[in-house]
Amino acid sequence: MEKTVDQKAWFLVLPVFLIVAFSAVLPLMTVVNYSVQDTFGNNQFFWNGVGWFKELLDPNTDLGERFLASVWRNLLFSAIILAIEVPLGIVVALSMPRQGWQVAACLVILALPLLIPWNVVGTIWQIFGRPDIGLLGYVLNEIGLNYNYVSNDLDAWFTVVLMDVWHWTSLVALLCYAGLKSIPDAYYQAAQIDGASRWAVFKAIQLPKMNRVLLIAVLLRFMDSFMIYTEPFVVTGGGPGNSTTFVSIELVKIALGQFDLGKAAALSLVYNLIILIVCWIFYTVMTNAGAERPAKGGIA
Amino acid sequence: MARIDLVDLAHSYSGNDAPPESFALKPVTMTWRQGGAYALLGPSGCGKTTLLNLISGIVTPSRGKILFDGIDITQATTQKRNIAQVFQFPVIYDTMTVGQNLAFPLKNRGVPAAEIAARVKQIADLLELTPYLDRKATRLTADAKQKISLGRGLVRSDVAAILFDEPLTVIDPELKWQLRSKLKALHRELDLTMIYVTHDQTEALTFADTVVVMHDGRVVQSGTPAELFEKPAHTFVGYFIGSPGMNIMPAQVRGREARIDGHTIVLNRNYDGLSSGSLIEIGVRPEFVDVVAPAPGLLSASIERIDDLGRIRFARVRVGDVKLAARVPPGFSPSGDAAAIVFDPAHVHVYADSLLVEGAA
Repeated sequence: MEKTVDQKAWFLVLPVFLIVAFSAVLPLMTVVNYSVQDTFGNNQFFWNGVGWFKELLDPNTDLGERFLASVWRNLLFSAIILAIEVPLGIVVALSMPRQGWQVAACLVILALPLLIPWNVVGTIWQIFGRPDIGLLGYVLNEIGLNYNYVSNDLDAWFTVVLMDVWHWTSLVALLCYAGLKSIPDAYYQAAQIDGASRWAVFKAIQLPKMNRVLLIAVLLRFMDSFMIYTEPFVVTGGGPGNSTTFVSIELVKIALGQFDLGKAAALSLVYNLIILIVCWIFYTVMTNAGAERPAKGGIA
Repeated sequence: MARIDLVDLAHSYSGNDAPPESFALKPVTMTWRQGGAYALLGPSGCGKTTLLNLISGIVTPSRGKILFDGIDITQATTQKRNIAQVFQFPVIYDTMTVGQNLAFPLKNRGVPAAEIAARVKQIADLLELTPYLDRKATRLTADAKQKISLGRGLVRSDVAAILFDEPLTVIDPELKWQLRSKLKALHRELDLTMIYVTHDQTEALTFADTVVVMHDGRVVQSGTPAELFEKPAHTFVGYFIGSPGMNIMPAQVRGREARIDGHTIVLNRNYDGLSSGSLIEIGVRPEFVDVVAPAPGLLSASIERIDDLGRIRFARVRVGDVKLAARVPPGFSPSGDAAAIVFDPAHVHVYADSLLVEGAA
C-alpha cells in the first residue's frame, strides 16, 4: 500500500508541543537564563557565565557551604526515613489480612494519611509536638523527657522524621501488599511441602517477589523526601538554626528571601540534575532486574 | 514409600453442613498401593485437584480419614506427611541457583551439608540437571523448572508419594512427551508412589498403570487403561475415554436381547431382572460397530460424514434420533448415505442409570 504524505498531522500534535513548551520548556529555559546572569534589581541583568555554578560547588564560599550542607542534611534525612519506612511498610503489609471485610478496612485506614494535604500534615504535627498544648510534646515532657522541637536540633529531627514516617509508610505498605497479593498460592503450598519456616518463606518467596514494587517504593520515597519542603517548613521552618533546612527550603530562602535569582537558578539546576541522575540509576536497575528472561536453548 | 488408604473421605469447601450433593469430593474409599503409578482423570471441576490437595495436606477434609501405611495422618500438616507435589505452574525460588533450589527442602529439615551435597548431585544426575546446578533457576525454560520442582520432591529420601497437578500444562508439546517418558522412567527406577492429575486422557493412559476416573466429585471407575477402554463402569467413562467416545443409546433390554429403533440386537449375556424404573442404555465403542452395505435384517442407518484418521475411518451415522460413531471397515466404501450397522455382541454393555450392569452368563 502506498503511504500518503499528509502534513496535516502536525496540527494534531501542535497542542501538545504548545502545552509542553509553556509548562516545562520555557520556564526551565528562564531558569537557565537566570543561572548565568547577575542582577542588581531594576530589571538590569549582567552576564556571569558559570560563576554561580562554581560558587555553588565550592564549599569555601557562603553559597557553596549552605548548599552542600543542605544536600548532606537532606541525604541523611532520606536515608533515615527509607531505613524506617521500607522495613516497617513490609511488616505492615505482611501482617495485613488477606481476605474478608478487614482488607477493605485496613486499606482505608492506611490510605488516610496519604489523603491529607501536606501543609495540613505539617500543621497537625506542629500542634501535636508542642510542649504546652500538643499531646505528643506534653506527654513526653510529663514523663520526664525534655522535648522541644523549637529549641533542640535532635527533637526537631525526631519530629520531622516521625511525621514523614506517619505520612508515608502507608504508601510502602500498600505497594508491598499489592506485591504480596500477586504471589500465586502454589508458592506457599510448595514452601509448606518443602518444610520452609516462616522466615524461609519470607526470604525465598515473598521478598524476591516483592523486589520490583520495593524498588518503586524506594524510588518514590527517595524522590519525595529529597524534595521535601512543606511539612518541615510548617513544623520547624528549617530550624532551630539551620538544622532542618533541607535543599528546597534553602532554595526558597535564596530565591525569595534574598531575591538572589542567579544563585537560586543555579541551585535549582544542580538540584534537578541530582534528582535526574538518581532516577536514571533506579530506572537502569529496574530494567535490568526485569530482563531476566529464560535463556535460549535451555534444558531439553 | 507408603501405601495410602482413603477411608470414606469427603470434602466440601463450604463446610461439613453443606448438602451432600454440593460436596466437591463425595465420599470415597480406596487404596493407593505403594509404588503404583496412578492417574486421576476427569474434566475441570470434577474434584481431582481437591482429592490431590487432601492427600498432600494443603486442604483438610470435611469428613473421613487418610492413612499412610495404616497410620492416620488426616490432621497432620503438610510438612509431616512426607509427600512431594509438582504444581501446574513451575514453582521455583527466584533468588536461588538450581542447586540451592534442590537443596532447599533438605536445608529446611536440618540435614548435614555433606549429605545434602551428595543427594543434590545424585538427583541432578537423575534429572539431567547437573550442567545447570550453578545457574539461576529463573533463567531456565519451563520444562527445566518443572524438573526442578520434581527434583525438590525427589531429594528427600523419605518421600511417601509424589503428587502431580497437571504438571505439563505449560510445557511445549514436543517436550511434553519427553518429560512424560522421563517421569515413567523415574517411576520404574525409584519405586515411588506417583499420583498424576490430568484432564488429558492420553497423558493419563500413557503414564499410569491405574487410572482413576472422576466425574462430578465422585470416583466413577478405577482400573487399568485396558479395563477403562473395554469395560467402562459408567457411561461417563465410556464417553470421556476414547476418541471418539463410546456410543450410548437408550434401549429396551430383556434377557439376551436389546431393542433399538424397532430392531433387535443379540447380547452375549443375560440381563433378566433389570429394574423397570431405571433408565436402560446400551453402550458400545465405535471400534466395535461396523458400517456395512444396507441389507434386510440389519439395523439401517444414514451416514452423515466420514472422518478419515489415516489408520482408521470413523463414520458419523444416524439411527432414528440417535447419532452414533462407527468404524468403516478397510476396503468398504459406502454408496450414498444409506447403510447399515452391525454390533460386535461381545463388546455391547448394558447400563442402568449410567452404571454398568453385569449380566449373567
